[in-house]
Formats: sequence, structure tokens, C-alpha cells
Amino acid sequence: MFYHLGRYFMLMKSMFGKPERFSMYWKATARQMNDIGVGSLVIVGLVSIFIGAVTAVQFAYQLQASSIPPYYVGYIVRDIMIIELAPTFSCLALAGKVGSNIAAEIGGMRQKEQIDALEVMGVDTAAYLIAPKIIAAIVVIPMLVILSAFMGMMGGYLACVIGKLVTVADFMQGLRSFFIPYNVFMMEVKAFVFAFLLTSISCYQGYFVKGGSIELGKASTSAVVISNIMILLADYVIALLMT
Amino acid sequence: MIRVENIKKQFGQQEVLKGITTVFEEGKTNLIIGKSGAGKTVMLKILVGLLQPTSGHIWYGNTNFTQLSNKQRKAIRTEMGMLFQGSALFDSMTVEQNVRFPLDMFTRLTAKEKSIRVDETLERVELGGANNKYPSEISGGMQKRVGIARAIILKPKYLFCDEPNSGLDPTTSMRIDELIHQITVENQMTTVINTHDMNSVMEIGDKINLLYFGELAWVGNCGEVMNSDNELLQDFIFASPFLQRLRDSALKNGH
Repeated sequence: MFYHLGRYFMLMKSMFGKPERFSMYWKATARQMNDIGVGSLVIVGLVSIFIGAVTAVQFAYQLQASSIPPYYVGYIVRDIMIIELAPTFSCLALAGKVGSNIAAEIGGMRQKEQIDALEVMGVDTAAYLIAPKIIAAIVVIPMLVILSAFMGMMGGYLACVIGKLVTVADFMQGLRSFFIPYNVFMMEVKAFVFAFLLTSISCYQGYFVKGGSIELGKASTSAVVISNIMILLADYVIALLMT
Repeated sequence: MIRVENIKKQFGQQEVLKGITTVFEEGKTNLIIGKSGAGKTVMLKILVGLLQPTSGHIWYGNTNFTQLSNKQRKAIRTEMGMLFQGSALFDSMTVEQNVRFPLDMFTRLTAKEKSIRVDETLERVELGGANNKYPSEISGGMQKRVGIARAIILKPKYLFCDEPNSGLDPTTSMRIDELIHQITVENQMTTVINTHDMNSVMEIGDKINLLYFGELAWVGNCGEVMNSDNELLQDFIFASPFLQRLRDSALKNGH
């Protein structure tokens, strides 16, 4: 474990090399922003709508027999999406989609000697292959998380309206009540940290892959599993530090 | 010129290269030959810096390559071109994008100048008009030629080829050999080819280095192969009964 940890930090350090040609790195970063950001809009949107809807339905059910005012459903959906569900669920979903894709892409390049070809040309492969992915992720994923929080609230709203759980006025009142801007900051901190973790771990798994297609599959799976565990661990640490 | 001094390489307890000393000459096609497991690929990877030797030195001109840091190696690496066994083309890029990649990364040429250079290089490797094809849409021989074009686009001083004939039919294989040899002579490059193709040995081997289980067993040129009495060389080159008969017949006729 210490061997992998040491090698991971060495790889992250070597990522900060001077770009051979800035425009090439910018192109690679822009492509990654498109792949990670635009390419993940649908999955993040869908996951968030359903999470928001389920949260609304379940809280409305639990509040039915209590004296808590019904507008609390909107308040709870908003805060739980911002504080926890939008950053964590989105990044867990992205670890599956983006993380496995990154590990497979870099691992495939390693196996087909494309990384060796870049090395021989004089390209700093850690910087060229990894830095654009991480930069793109830490720029785009926080934006996706904002979208996720919004879509989650939309999902909660739709569930309440369609299922007639609370009135639209109550739900909207809940959304506007007790808002603490600091929670949005916490959401963005989580998104930033999770984005870094899921891309860097996936890059590491792909970059050092050895063997054939079975090993590539394993690297891809490890990227998702380790990213998920580290995201949940980081979630706990951030919750402890920031609340 | 590349000078190799007492290169040793060990993987755990296994010693793959046991002190190789040789010179790869400028303007010549230098071959590294040997049976599978002889250490050819390891030698080539050490030459280009993909592997670090356990001990020994490699000199590119007057520069000791083995003592340079990765950062310092970058300057020499821009003078290197390499053709990989599986071509190692970027499969999500077209032929043109693959060949243009080193220009995009290391030069400040304008888009027009790059296009001209790419077209010229593709013409040189007889691939004019294949610019917009993807590697998956062209044959193995064409992929090798794209690999050569990418390797020579920056006009390198050193060209390395790892088994350039593997997986090719004899005719295509000969054409690839000719092409590499012609390019070497035209540009006065130091070319190092790792091969076990007998045709390459006999046709383009200006300088041949035979590796035998990590040791340098014989050095000579293609003209000296026939008359050499080195048993390891004879066992390797004339391994099949057909080639043995051919050799006996040639020697009988005074060739």
C-alpha cells in the first residue's frame, strides 16, 4: 500500500512539468472539459432528478404524522442536495463513468506503446496525459455539482407537484427558508476534492497498467472502486472539518 | 554516432545484458540481431532511455545520455525518432494528425508550413493521399510507414526501429527495409534496427551486432555474414536446412 501511495504522489509531482507547447495542453484540456462536462450532463441530470424526487417523497411520508410544517420538505430537499447528495452522488456516478474511461484510455495507450512513443519524442507524458484531465475535472465537476443540486431540487419539486405531497407554495417556501450560503461553499469544496481524487486515482491506475486486456479491465475496475472509497472517506473528513 | 560502453541490465536476479560495448555508426543502418530473449528489445529501450541500465554508459556524440536527468534528456530526445513494433500510432488521430503531432508539439511552424512538411514526408514514405485515414483503416505495412513518417518528421539524427518487419509479408517487409535504409543514407542518420528478419540482415545490415543471451557474440556487416565461421552467427542466420543448402551452394559457386 505504501508503495502505491508513494508512486501515486511521485506521479502527481511529475505532473507539474513545464508544457512543451502550451497550445497543445490547452487543446487537450478543452477536449477533456467537453468529454467530462458535456459528456456527463445527462447522467448527472438524471441521477440528480431521481435523488431529489425520492428525497422529497420519503421526507413527505415521514413528516405526514408529525406536527412539522409541510414546507420543511422543500427546505430538507434543498439542504440535503447542497450539503451531501449533489456532490457525493454526482461524483460517485462520475467515478463510474469518467474514472473508468480515463483508466481505460491511459491504460490502452500504455499497452499499445503510445506512452513510450510520446516519451521517446521528448513529451513529458505525466504532464501531457494527466494534467489536462485533472485540470478539466476540477473546473467542470464543480459546475456539474451545481447543476446536480439544481436538478435535485427540480426533482423534489416535480415529485411534490405530481404526487400532491405538499403544495407548490409550501415547497417553494421551504426552498427559500433558512438558507446558509456557507453550505454552497462546502458543496463546492467537496466537488473540487472529489474531482481531483477520482481523476488522479483513475489516471494512476491507467498509467501503470501492465499485462493485457484482463489487467486493463482490472485497472478500470480498481479506478472506480478506489475512487468511490476515497470519495466517501474524503466526504467524512470534509464533513468533520467543515461542520 | 552512438557509443555503448559496458551496458549491463538486471531484472531482479536475471541478468539480461551482460556488458555490451559497441558503436552504432552515423549514416549507417546498424542492426541488433539475435534469438528471442537475447536482450535486443531491452538494449533498444535502454538506448532510447525507456529503461535505465544497471551499469554502463551510452554516449550520443559527446553527451553521456545515461547521466542526464529526464529534463536534460528532452533535448536529445527531440533528435530521436522511433518506429515501434506495433507502430504505436495514436488511434483516435488521422494519419495526418499522427505525423503532424511532433511538429505541433515541438516547432513553431505555421499551419501551412506544417501541412507542406507532412505532405512531403507522407510522399516520401509512399503514403500520399492517406492523410485523412485513421490507423484502423489502413494495412499493417501502411501503419509502419506512418510510424516511419512520424519518426522522421522532425529530421532526427537518430532513428530506432523495433522489429520493423514483424507481421508483414516478405514483399512489404523488403519495401520497409529499403525505405529505412534510403532515409538513413539520405539524411545521414544513425539508424539502429532491432530485428530477426534474415532479409534485413543480408540486404541492409551495414553493421550487424549479434546478441546471444545478453552478450555481444559477433560484429560485422552483411558481406561478412556468409564467410564468418562464428558458430553462433551461423546457427542463428542459417537455422533452417533450406538456408544452409543455399549457403553451401553459394559458397560452392564462389560467392
